[in-house]
Amino acid sequence: MPDVQPLVREFVLKLKRRKVEGSHAVARQTAELLRSVVSQHRMGSTNQAAALADAIRGVGEQLIAANPIELAVGNIVRRVLHIIKEEDISSTAVGIEGLSVTAESDDEYDSENDDHPTLSAAVLAAHARNALRAPSLQTLLEDIPVSTALSRSASSAGDSDGKSGDKSSKSRKLKHDVIAAIGDLIDEIDTCYDQISEQAVEHIHQNEVILTLGRSRTVKEFLYAAKEKKRSFRVFVAEGAPRYQGHVLAKELVEKGVQTTVITDSAVFAMISRVNMVIVGAHAIMANGGVIAPVGMNMVALAAQRHAVPFVVVAGSHKLCPLYPHNPEVLLNELKSPSDLLDFGEFSNCMNFSTQDGTPLLNVVNPTFDYVPPKLVSLFITDTGGHSPSYMYRLIAEYYSADDLVVKRSTTNYS
Amino acid sequence: MDLRRPPRSSSGGVEPKIRQVGFVTPDVSSEPPAPAVPAAAAAAAQPAASSAGSPPASDLSPGSLSPVMIPPPRHADHLAPGSPSPAASASELGDDESWSRAPSAAELEANKGDLAEIRNDNVSASIPQKQKTSKAERRAIQEAQRAAKAAAKETGLSGKSAGTVSGANPAMSKQAKSSKASQKKDVPQAASTAASEKKVTERPPERDRKKDAPHPRMQFDDVHRVEKAKKRAIVNQSEARNRVELFRHLPQYVHGTQLPGLESKFFQLEPMHPSVYKVGLQYLSGEVSGGNGRCIAMLLAFKEAIKDYSTPPKKNLSRDLTAKISSYVSFLIECRPLSISMGNAIRFLKNRIAKLPLTLSESEAKSSLQSDIDRFINEKIVVADKVIVSHAITKVRDNDVLLTYGSSSVVEMILDHAHELGRKFRVIVVDSRPKLEGQGLLRRLVEKGINCTYTHINAISYIMHEVTRVFLGASSILSNGTVYSRVGTASVAMVAHAFGIPVLVCCEAYKFHERVQLDSICANELGDPDIILKVPGKADLGHLKNMADNENLQLLNLTYDATPSDYVSMIITDYGMLPPTSVPVIVREYRKEQLWI
Repeated sequence: MPDVQPLVREFVLKLKRRKVEGSHAVARQTAELLRSVVSQHRMGSTNQAAALADAIRGVGEQLIAANPIELAVGNIVRRVLHIIKEEDISSTAVGIEGLSVTAESDDEYDSENDDHPTLSAAVLAAHARNALRAPSLQTLLEDIPVSTALSRSASSAGDSDGKSGDKSSKSRKLKHDVIAAIGDLIDEIDTCYDQISEQAVEHIHQNEVILTLGRSRTVKEFLYAAKEKKRSFRVFVAEGAPRYQGHVLAKELVEKGVQTTVITDSAVFAMISRVNMVIVGAHAIMANGGVIAPVGMNMVALAAQRHAVPFVVVAGSHKLCPLYPHNPEVLLNELKSPSDLLDFGEFSNCMNFSTQDGTPLLNVVNPTFDYVPPKLVSLFITDTGGHSPSYMYRLIAEYYSADDLVVKRSTTNYS
Repeated sequence: MDLRRPPRSSSGGVEPKIRQVGFVTPDVSSEPPAPAVPAAAAAAAQPAASSAGSPPASDLSPGSLSPVMIPPPRHADHLAPGSPSPAASASELGDDESWSRAPSAAELEANKGDLAEIRNDNVSASIPQKQKTSKAERRAIQEAQRAAKAAAKETGLSGKSAGTVSGANPAMSKQAKSSKASQKKDVPQAASTAASEKKVTERPPERDRKKDAPHPRMQFDDVHRVEKAKKRAIVNQSEARNRVELFRHLPQYVHGTQLPGLESKFFQLEPMHPSVYKVGLQYLSGEVSGGNGRCIAMLLAFKEAIKDYSTPPKKNLSRDLTAKISSYVSFLIECRPLSISMGNAIRFLKNRIAKLPLTLSESEAKSSLQSDIDRFINEKIVVADKVIVSHAITKVRDNDVLLTYGSSSVVEMILDHAHELGRKFRVIVVDSRPKLEGQGLLRRLVEKGINCTYTHINAISYIMHEVTRVFLGASSILSNGTVYSRVGTASVAMVAHAFGIPVLVCCEAYKFHERVQLDSICANELGDPDIILKVPGKADLGHLKNMADNENLQLLNLTYDATPSDYVSMIITDYGMLPPTSVPVIVREYRKEQLWI
């Protein structure tokens, strides 16, 4: 795919240089890029799905390596791989259905193979789900005829020349389906705010006092929706050093007519005793229900736990990551420039000090993210509804396949 | 200056003048320092058994029953911020005497007490009713009481009675003003008196028990009182727009507008001593900050003022001086609300003034007071800090990673000393907006060669896994073990506790207080809200600059917060290393010692 390489390189560069940041923007651009990759991919004659998946894996590996902290990239890559598998299974299931139907009527497989009877969507979905779910007794028994039929169809397809026409149409269909599904994914990323905001009315009642830290677009839309429904509530916005995005959120809320009070981050513990609910956004949600959030969120979560205030995380499903966090404070964190905290000019004389072995006397630590363990989170509100942290791992099975956890291009070449 | 106060013709011209310029506290303002003056005068007069002017007696309680003399000092103390009580204690002494010996006085006390209770029920800005007794009658009663007190004193009664007497004080003060004493100093006094009270069984118990509760502080949501206070203020404070509703009970003023005005009036403010004025300006500009720093600056200014003081003719030194100190204190409050350390120091000073033996000449009295102030600073702050450092140094071991928040003078001394002793450790300085005090500490530590890491408060969860000990300073420690210190301390202590890291709070014992507090809302100090808008170094964050007038937007700049005692592992004071539950013990057992030094 020579056409798409420049696009990939450009995006990799943007990710490396942190020109694009924020889960929503990154997710969207990754999805669009992968859609272009799929559309430019030349489908081979056999194992199109596997080849396509491999191509995606190759690109995905580069993207993930460019910014490993931006988990949304990996999420979208794995989603696309899952989509490819799904579409492949469903289109094969169509073939299987055709086979099984014809098998009952006749022994003539080959003649019937050209037939791709359109099956109902429900049956297709059922087949797809069965193929992707963890094996259970029911699916095991159903799968046996499916898998044998699959192998038979593959071999029979390989044998006959008459199948080439089918294959090309099948491959075109696969590509088409995958591109359509990725388009759905992009729509889903864009419209997650609406679906989450619909749930706002259920959680915000009258005369509520809400605390938030920093600025999350999801939280903003959430509060807007509650305001639309004429719920009266007040918001304490903690500024969220060192980016101070809390000021931006406060301005937006005030323009909408929401009673807002801006407080400093140090005052969170002091004010939280008068707060009914803490609503925050997330950078990523890990498989164990833990949250990677802007720095300072763990402090807020601990204070909320101390005062028995519900800690609600709102996030779109593109932020759900199938990985389990190990030492997330260090490994899934990024340290930014000290100039956010200390003015280099003011402290230039301190910079020159060092100990005898040359290590500097002054270090500045400016992490970007914080890890909130699942036991501190009361509720996740995603576009699929409200969930408790212990449920998040089930959602992963819906969006991702187990063997995609490590995105690595396989060494075998597919023609 | 308090128009509510009965005209004190007997007091002559001096006191009213002083009252006019001074500004006690907004709600105390209803009873300007005048009560303090008479109270002090009465107190001083009693031991001397000299016939002092009667006015003090009548002045004592704005609205309190005039015949009752003794209580006024107490209540005056409660009125004046921080002036609890040397005068009070003196009057307490007298009261006690009168209680036990002069039934008539006791009756008067009883009357007063009843009235106090009645008045307490009418919590309003209205002028309390005054009994109409003629001046001669009042003078006679006061003389009788003073004589009784002098007699009692000669027989060598201990300060216990004074303590009990002071128990009556809270009642008085309550009479004085619908229970809105401004300062926390009142509370310590009430508590201490309560303590001593128990020892004297003669006291009518029921009434006293009600007075044992610490005085509530000045509440700023009473519009009338605030208006009256403003009329008397030296410093013109304009209230901030967009006040946060939750903090209606605290003063919120627009900052930065008073400094130029005050500076221009430097030479015009006759009754204000220039060094006091200077200290007030330093508070206003933020040049002097920190509990110890402010307290020392204030005491040194008072020392200067005492040095230059000369008793006006026909005036009693202690009464007049106490009144002057009260007026200075009210000016300082206008500049910046008093810290608890300052309040305790003022109480000590007034106590010393009240306890001046009457046989001293003016110059001897002044030098005695000056040496008292020096002694206080030396014993309670300088030496106490040395003791704290010697205790705390045992808790710093090699390869420790110590975390500190903001800039505490004691913690800095500990770190310096540990470095001098050659311990190998490194320090993490956590800082927060808007004061960014940690930067100053960071600079001083790096210059000394200590290995430092600097971060902001949001990052404490990230950095805490490296930390072995947390050292924090405090503005005060309250009687329920709550640590009252710079806003953000509670968050640091909470995260340290979550990680299982010991939190050591270092605080001198003179900062302890009888007050109790559960959260950071009920008592706090509100800083300049506009500072929140201005983020240094990020000019593009002018998002909110144009919205300051929007009625939906409020800005909250808290100065202090209350750390629950369960987050604190140990408190290091000059009395040793204690758990947080021992603080009320220290307050009770050693407060009298502090007062009566």
